[in-house]
Amino acid sequence: MPTISVDKAALFAELGKEYTTEEFDELCFEFGIELDEDTSQSKKPEDLAQPPQLKIEIPANRYDMLCFEGIALNLRVFLEKQKLPKWSLTPPASGQLETITIKEETMKIRPLCSGVVLRGIKFDQARYDSFIGLQDKLHQNLARQRTLVSIGTHDLDMVKGPFTYDALPPEEIEFVPLNQTKMMDGKQLMEFYEKDKHLGRYLHIIRDSPVFPVIYDADKTVLSLPPIINGNYSKITLDTKNVLVEITALDKTKVEIVNHMIVAMFGGYAESIEPINIISPHNKESREAPDLSPRQMQAEVDYLNQVTGLGLPPAEISELLERMGYTVAPAKPDDKLLDVAVPITRADVLHQCDIMEDLAIAWGFNKLPRFYPNKSAAVAAPLPINKLGDIVRFEAAASGWSEVMPLILCSHEENFEWLNRKDNGGTAIKLANPKTAEYQIVRTSLLPGLLKTINSNRHHAVPIKVFEVSDVGFIDLSKERKSRNERHFAAAIMGKTSGFEQVHGLLDRLMLMLNSAFITREEGLKNEKLEGYWIEEVDDPTFLKGHSATIKLNIEGKEHTIGVFGILHPSVLHKFELPYPVSTVEINLEVFL
Amino acid sequence: MAGGTRGPVPVPLEAQNRNVTQDVLDLLDTKSPLQTSEDFPSIPQPEIKAALDRLASRSMVQYDTHEKDQVLLTKESETIVADGSHEYKVWDAVKQAGKIPIKELPKVVGADSAKVGQGNAFKNKWIKKDGDSLVLVAEEVKDTTRDILKDIQETKALSDTKLLNDLKKRKLVTTSKVLSYSVTKGPKYAKEIPVEVTDLTAEMLASGAWETANFKPYNFNALGSSQNAGALHPLNKVRQEFRNIFFNQGFVEMPTGHFVDSGFWNFDALFVPQQHPARDMQDTFFISDPPKADKPRSDPETEAQMDAMEAGYNRLFATAEKRSTKPRDYEQYFQNIKEVHQNGAFGSIGYRYPWSEDECLRLVLRTHTTAVSTWVLHRLAEDPRPARYFSIDRVFRNETVDATHLAEFHQIEGVIADFGLTLGGLMRFLEDFFSKMGIENLRFKPAYNPYTEPSMEVFGYHVGLGKWVEIGNSGMFRPEMLEPMGLPRDLRVYGFGLSLERPTMIKYGVSNIRELLGHKVDLGFIESNAAVRLDKN
Repeated sequence: MPTISVDKAALFAELGKEYTTEEFDELCFEFGIELDEDTSQSKKPEDLAQPPQLKIEIPANRYDMLCFEGIALNLRVFLEKQKLPKWSLTPPASGQLETITIKEETMKIRPLCSGVVLRGIKFDQARYDSFIGLQDKLHQNLARQRTLVSIGTHDLDMVKGPFTYDALPPEEIEFVPLNQTKMMDGKQLMEFYEKDKHLGRYLHIIRDSPVFPVIYDADKTVLSLPPIINGNYSKITLDTKNVLVEITALDKTKVEIVNHMIVAMFGGYAESIEPINIISPHNKESREAPDLSPRQMQAEVDYLNQVTGLGLPPAEISELLERMGYTVAPAKPDDKLLDVAVPITRADVLHQCDIMEDLAIAWGFNKLPRFYPNKSAAVAAPLPINKLGDIVRFEAAASGWSEVMPLILCSHEENFEWLNRKDNGGTAIKLANPKTAEYQIVRTSLLPGLLKTINSNRHHAVPIKVFEVSDVGFIDLSKERKSRNERHFAAAIMGKTSGFEQVHGLLDRLMLMLNSAFITREEGLKNEKLEGYWIEEVDDPTFLKGHSATIKLNIEGKEHTIGVFGILHPSVLHKFELPYPVSTVEINLEVFL
Repeated sequence: MAGGTRGPVPVPLEAQNRNVTQDVLDLLDTKSPLQTSEDFPSIPQPEIKAALDRLASRSMVQYDTHEKDQVLLTKESETIVADGSHEYKVWDAVKQAGKIPIKELPKVVGADSAKVGQGNAFKNKWIKKDGDSLVLVAEEVKDTTRDILKDIQETKALSDTKLLNDLKKRKLVTTSKVLSYSVTKGPKYAKEIPVEVTDLTAEMLASGAWETANFKPYNFNALGSSQNAGALHPLNKVRQEFRNIFFNQGFVEMPTGHFVDSGFWNFDALFVPQQHPARDMQDTFFISDPPKADKPRSDPETEAQMDAMEAGYNRLFATAEKRSTKPRDYEQYFQNIKEVHQNGAFGSIGYRYPWSEDECLRLVLRTHTTAVSTWVLHRLAEDPRPARYFSIDRVFRNETVDATHLAEFHQIEGVIADFGLTLGGLMRFLEDFFSKMGIENLRFKPAYNPYTEPSMEVFGYHVGLGKWVEIGNSGMFRPEMLEPMGLPRDLRVYGFGLSLERPTMIKYGVSNIRELLGHKVDLGFIESNAAVRLDKN
């Protein structure tokens, strides 16, 4: 969630009230934003150096509250200090709109462009800073770090329309970037900003493209190289009177949302909001931008009342919705549908459920009638594998072993090489983007976690007896998700002696509790109908030679190999840095379902 | 915890080949009370104490403890007592020689004595300077320092406090506390410790010897013997409490047995747009192998599990007429999801962006168990009816690990589907839910979540911290999520969730999540953590 810092005194002046921190916190809570910090209560030098700020967390979908103007406006409307303004377009006196012609070349890199002119704007330092701040917040959030949308703002009086949005080879784009003095071409610019802390992270968006997006004026003066940087020539200052806003994008919806936000937040400082003629016949995107008319929606009175549990007449609903910025057409008391105009600020409103939530906020979440509406009965049931797992957990603990909960993710070598196991490539689920080598795969065995747990507990008196009942994961191409979990039980003992009989005894105990009889190998192989388990010596490089065995099970007329136990090979102990002998057992529990 | 050794009182102490216990009994026979400091001066105090405790626990003696300060000589002062003070040594040397050059003095009396003794001998007017040499003044002297120290050596005491402090400052004496005891006969005094048995045995029962046996007293200040007990993990104990709360409320557990899910189930079906920050590489673990999920399709194994779990419900609420079910159409569902994102549908204008099937079929480690709730709710569309589901299982976030964040944690999730649900009803339900873990007075804050509307953050007042803390998230699932499944419009669904780790950390004062989950957890913590009773403490 974005956090916006606003001047406390200026905001309270807008709201017409000196709130205490607690009162303002309460107002935020009710409205659904969050007061993170009031720096007047801070003792940090950087906070003391400036007038008190309120740091307010804004929900990620409220693009209309990403600057001082938006927070003040929405709270003023909520507090009924004003109605939400109705923004409208005014063509220039000449009747001649500014135009941006979009060249088809842009289809290769960034095909969309929109814009607006804010004429007769009055900046001061605070407004100017907020204007820049809003663009930055929009770039970070809605625009996904400028990938989807980026904004350029220019002093219209420094440049000359008509404007062109084109895509050209980097070598053919030459200009002085914002706040620089040296002319550079697209290629040089990429090198120049390579190490730049702020801009370096956006270069990848266009760097490898044969053409870069560029906006220039009638004299071929470069206005900007979206989404990286504007030209220095047309930069806005505190004295700028007329601002040209250009917005380039990959996403048709978001480009207009951004346009709306800039107009709604800063149109109020301008004498007029002037549309721009966008000429883009090749992709049928020719139009006048922006469209400031509110979006018409309908909301069902019954639905609004039912979900909120309120039962209000349409007129009262309308009043409450106005506090959230909507305009509702006059309705008769028995109207079933309300015509709701959604202002350009409320891009988050997609469905009547959003209107319903705003009704609940305007009424006050914590004042809603708290009654459970239905008395429907329900029948509980545990997931069978969890029930089985719990049985095994309780029995293992009752046998004197301690339960541990290591992580599911582990490194490749812990899961394979350190256990002397080979990755045949088709078993382990591999992660594409882990931040550390600790998390490379989903474990296919519970052993690495148990051994790491023992390693972290070497200060503990021996014998250490630990177990885990949990899932491992495998690639399984027959499944929709190409993988599956498997519930395993595993235990490990470390002591002065190997503890081999201990893990064997624990296995016997669990089998007894799972109602599985011990039978001999010969009996088991001879007769599949004879239910029970037996042990077969096996050569397994994880274990000391001659001291490991597989566990076989006949159940419901089928033979399964459910696991293995043994004394860990000294090379495994060495890898996991375990000072004493360790024996382990691991079985698959799924067959007992 | 009381100190002391475990089990019965220790067996006799043989000190310096002496049986101290027997010595005490012997002496008491003729002298009561006896004073240990006088009667057993050479036996160390701890040994005396052990012997007395042993006898006192059998009521054979009674004793009082006395504490007093004792003045002891340092090594230096012991030498003084033996050879005389430094000044005496200097005076004596001068007397012997008649005249000693100052330079020669250290050679005669040693460097230390020469340095300290010369000054004191001047001060006492025992000697004086004669040019570069020392000559005698007093023919006879009294070595007071030595006399005082000698007296202290004998009495281990000095009543003149000023002098004592002076000597301490000169590092000639130290003081220490000494314990001594005055001992009298107890009610069961005897000249010997009677033969004792340590425990009741089967033989004693058989022979009847237990009736006359003299049982050795038990030390109740020590712990009993260690049980070598196994233990369940604290986090799983809390999990069990939550499961019980859910079971008591009639919830069916959801089949969460797959860590890997597709973008479809984890995001798209939940109306999370494909450009949502949660779908960033920074937040979600993507899978490189296997490469890609299939489009959603039926999963007979999991279906069978759900059927088995819901058999109880279906049996109990069966009616004369058979309920009709509407088979799920996975392809339609997939298309509906695409439509509601890309163009808007089901009364929603949608996000209006070009939706990508590839993005939707990318495999991820599930970031929430809501992915499973989605699957279960889609299943519910076959026979829409009131239903309650829950799960508590592992979820994964590609977070930078710190004291409160791990790349894995457990999500507790509850889902309630019913006709005509209200927002206030969810609040009431959550009040009831959290009251079972002792949290009353909930407040709800409007919040944003892509798949719930309204969305509410749940706050509870934490008495210990003295402030409102966020304890969970909740909301009603969006129509854009439910209607593409084929669920009827008037069936509404509550969803709520919290992490298992956070309430556990708050409840048990654990400040670092790595002390609770993962391989770094201390086994001692697991073994000694009390049973979990969320309603109690």
